[in-house]
Amino acid sequence: MKLKLKIWRQKDAKSKGKFETYYLDSVSPEMSFLEMLDYLNSQLILKGEDPIAFEHDCREGICGSCGLYINGRPHGLKGKTTTCELHLRDFKDGCTIVVEPWRAASFPVIKDLMVDRHAFEKIMQAGGFISTNAGAAQDANAIPVAKPNADEAFDAASCIGCGACVAACKNSSAMLFIAAKVSQLALLPQGRIEAKERVKRMVAKMDELGFGGCTNTRACEAECPKGISISHIARLNREYYAAKFSD
Amino acid sequence: MNKLNAKIPDGPLAEKWTRHKASLKLVNPANRKKLDIIVVGTGLAGSGAASTLGELGYNVKVFCYQDTPRRAHSVAAQGGINAAKNYKNDGDSVFRLFYDMMKGGDYRAREANVYRAAEVSNLVIDHYTAIGVPFARDYGGLIDNRSFGGVQVSRTFYAKGQTGQQCLLGGYSALTRQIQAGTVTMYSRRELLDIVVVEGRARGIIARNLITGEIERHAAHAVVLATGGYGTIYYLSTLAVNSNGSAAWKAYKKGALFANPSFIQIHPTSIPVLNEFQSKLTLMSESLRNDGRVWVPKEKGDKRNPNDIPEEDRDYYLERRYPAFGNLVPRDVASRAAKERCDAGYGVGDTGLSVYLDFRDAIQKQGAKAIENKYGNLFEMYEKITGESPYNTPMRIYPAGHYTMGGLWVDYNLMTTIPGLFAIGESNFSDHGANRLGASSLMQCAGDGYFIIPYTIADYLSNQIKVARFDTKRPEFEEAANNVKGRIDKLLAVNGKETVTSFHKRLGKIMWDYCGMYRNEEGLKKALTLIKELEEEFWKNVKVPGSIEGVNQELEKACRVADYFEMAKLLCTDALNRKESCGAHFREESQTDTGEAKRIDSEFAYVAAWEYNGPDKEPTLHKEPLTFEYVKLQERSYT
Repeated sequence: MKLKLKIWRQKDAKSKGKFETYYLDSVSPEMSFLEMLDYLNSQLILKGEDPIAFEHDCREGICGSCGLYINGRPHGLKGKTTTCELHLRDFKDGCTIVVEPWRAASFPVIKDLMVDRHAFEKIMQAGGFISTNAGAAQDANAIPVAKPNADEAFDAASCIGCGACVAACKNSSAMLFIAAKVSQLALLPQGRIEAKERVKRMVAKMDELGFGGCTNTRACEAECPKGISISHIARLNREYYAAKFSD
Repeated sequence: MNKLNAKIPDGPLAEKWTRHKASLKLVNPANRKKLDIIVVGTGLAGSGAASTLGELGYNVKVFCYQDTPRRAHSVAAQGGINAAKNYKNDGDSVFRLFYDMMKGGDYRAREANVYRAAEVSNLVIDHYTAIGVPFARDYGGLIDNRSFGGVQVSRTFYAKGQTGQQCLLGGYSALTRQIQAGTVTMYSRRELLDIVVVEGRARGIIARNLITGEIERHAAHAVVLATGGYGTIYYLSTLAVNSNGSAAWKAYKKGALFANPSFIQIHPTSIPVLNEFQSKLTLMSESLRNDGRVWVPKEKGDKRNPNDIPEEDRDYYLERRYPAFGNLVPRDVASRAAKERCDAGYGVGDTGLSVYLDFRDAIQKQGAKAIENKYGNLFEMYEKITGESPYNTPMRIYPAGHYTMGGLWVDYNLMTTIPGLFAIGESNFSDHGANRLGASSLMQCAGDGYFIIPYTIADYLSNQIKVARFDTKRPEFEEAANNVKGRIDKLLAVNGKETVTSFHKRLGKIMWDYCGMYRNEEGLKKALTLIKELEEEFWKNVKVPGSIEGVNQELEKACRVADYFEMAKLLCTDALNRKESCGAHFREESQTDTGEAKRIDSEFAYVAAWEYNGPDKEPTLHKEPLTFEYVKLQERSYT
C-alpha cells in the first residue's frame, strides 16, 4: 500500500519544530505502525538523513514507551490500542497520516516524537506507594480482599503510564493517571493506612507541575489504551475531599 | 581451579540458607550510608535490590536505559509467579518446587541455589501483596492459583495475563518511595557501556546519557547487574527490542566468567512471523495451554479452515506423545514438538510455520465468559496483532527465542568472579539449569533482589567500610571512558552502506538456523565461520548516522549489535563443547530413539564457565562440577 506521512521533526528541546512530508509506496498492510517507521528510518539513514527519533520498547502494548499523536488522536483512531499495536491494515491505502509527539506543557519535546514524561515520576514519588519494607509482611492470605474490590484495583493498576490521558485532555490534566494509582491503593486494605496523605500529596504535586484540572470531558477515558474508566477519577475526588475535610 | 569456588554452605539442603545467613557478616546501620552501591537495571531483580538496599540505608544509585524504571521488560511477563505456599492443598512444598525446577532444568542447575530460590518464593508473594500487587482472588477474598507447564500442582500466582506488569509496578512504587526518601538516586536513560575495575574489584561503571550523549563515570563500593537476558541475539524474540546483552558482555570482557551461554529457552507459544519487516515476536502466555489444545491437521497441506476440520482429521500431537502432561509439557519439549510437526510438513498458515492452539472445547465447556476472565487481555492482544479472534478461530503459534538460562557465573552469594560485581535475576546463570519452568523467572528475579542480595552484599561490604569514595578521575575510569569513546568513534567512522538493523537481522538468522532449537557440530562450526565473516563486514560497511552527541538511537543499536557479534561466537563455542542434549540445548547427535533430549551425565554434569582471553583468542573453559545429593538423575519423561 501507499502512504503519505506528515511527521513532526524537531532537532532538540530548544529548536523550533515543523512537519516534514514523506512518501512510502510499497508497504505491507501486515506491518505494524512502528515497523513502518523503522522502514522509513532505514531509507533516511541510507540517504544520509537523520532518522526520526521515537520511543518504543516492548512492542506489545505493555511497557508504555510508545506514544504518538496520530491523525489528531493519541495512539491513533482505533481505541484501546497502543501505538505499537497499530497495524497498517488499520489505515486506508493511499491515505495521509499525520504523526506528532504528545502536546502538553508538562511533557516537553526532547527530539522529534520523543517527549519527557518525568513529571509522572515526580507525582508517583509524592505518594504512589505503600510504605512497607521488604521482609516486614505477614502471610499474603492474612488479609482477605473481596473479589470485586481486588478486580477493580487490578483494572486501575493496569495503567501503563504512557501519558495518552494527558495528551488527550484539553486541560492537559493528569487526573486519570493519578486516579488509577490512588484508586488501586484505596481499594486494598493494605493501602488504606496512608490513603489520606497519599491523595493529598499526589494531587498537590500534580498542581505544582502545571497539569490542568479535570472538567469531565472524558477524552482521557476514550483514549486510554488500557480502557481505564473515569469512575476512578470519581473515587479520587471522593478520597481527596474526604481527606481534606478531615484535616 | 579456585576461580570457581561456588561457596555452597555445608549442612542439609533445607538448612543451608539459614545457616549461611547466620554466618554472613553485617554492616552496622550507621555505616551503611557511607557505602555506595550501583544497581544496573530496574526489572523485578533490579528494582527489588535497589529499593531494599535503600530501605536498609545504603546509598544506592540505580540505572536504566528507559525513561522510567517502570518500563523494564519484566513488565511483559504474562502468566504468573510461582511460590510454594500450597494454598491449594494439592501436595506442594518447598521441596517439590525445588524438585520440579531441578527436573525442569534437566539437572544442570545447582541444588543449593535452586532450593533457596524455592525457599524465599513465599516471602516474595507476601511482600508483593503487602505493597499492593493485586493478585487474582477467589470469591472468599483469598488468593487464587493456577497451574503451569511442567508441573502437576497449582502454585502460580497471577494477575490476569499481566502478572509481570503488576509485580514490576509494585516494585517500581517501592523504588519511587526510596527515591523520594533520598536513599536511592535514579539515573534513567543511561546505558552501561563498561565496568570499571580498580585493583581487582568492581568500583564503578561508564554509562552513556542517552539524551545528552555524555559519557558519564559513576563510582561505588559494589556494582549489581540486573540487566536481564540476551534473547535479542536472534533479532526476532519475545523481548523488548532494546533489551540487550551488553552489560553482561562488558563484565565478561573485564574478567567475569560467563556460564552456559548457549542455554537459551525457545518459548513454544509466540505469535508467528507475519511479515518480512517484523521487528519482534509477541508471546502468548504459557498459561493458555491450561485450556487451549495444540494441534495440526493429520493430512499434510490440509488448507481447510481450521473450524471445518473435523475431530478425526486433527492430530493433538502433544496429547498423543505425552499423555501424562498433555498440553502442559515443559517449554523446550513443546517447542521441539511444534518444530518437528512443521518441518515434517504439517504446519499451518501461509508459511507452514505455525500450529493451532484451540480454545473451542474450553469455551464449550466453561463458557466464553470464563475464558475471557482468565485470558481476556491475551485474546485481545492476539486479535490486535493478527486481526483474528481466538474466540472464533484457533490461535496460530510458533516457537520464539525467549529467556536465557545462561548468564554471568555467580557463587552462592550471587557474586561474579570479579570481587564486588554481583549479578542477579536473568543476568546470572544459577537457578534454571538448561531450561526454565514457566513462572519461575519472576520468582527468581524477585527472590534475588529482595531476599538474597541484601544479605550477601552486606557480607562483601562489611570489610569495605573504611574504603573512601572513589574519585572518577582515577586512571582506571579514564581508561574505561576512553575505550568507550574510542569504540563509538570507530562505529561512527565506518560510514558504510548497510543499516545496523540489517546486520542484526542477518546475525539473528545465523543464530536461529544453527544455534537455535536444534544444533549439530557441522552447523555450529559453519555458524562460527559465518559470524566471523559477517562481523568483519559489519565493521567495514555499517552505517551509523549522527554523532556521539545528543539523542542517537542508531548508535545505541550499533553498540549492542557490535557486542552481539562477539557474544554469538561464545554461544556457538559453548554449544559445540556440550555434545549432549539437555533441556533447551538439543544436540541432534544426542537423542533417544523417540527423539527426546539425551543427557550424558558422565561427561557433562557441569557448569561450563568461560573466561575471556582477549580479542581473537579462544576463551578458556572452566568446569564447575554439579553434584546431586537430593535429586535422582533420571531421563526427563513427561509421557
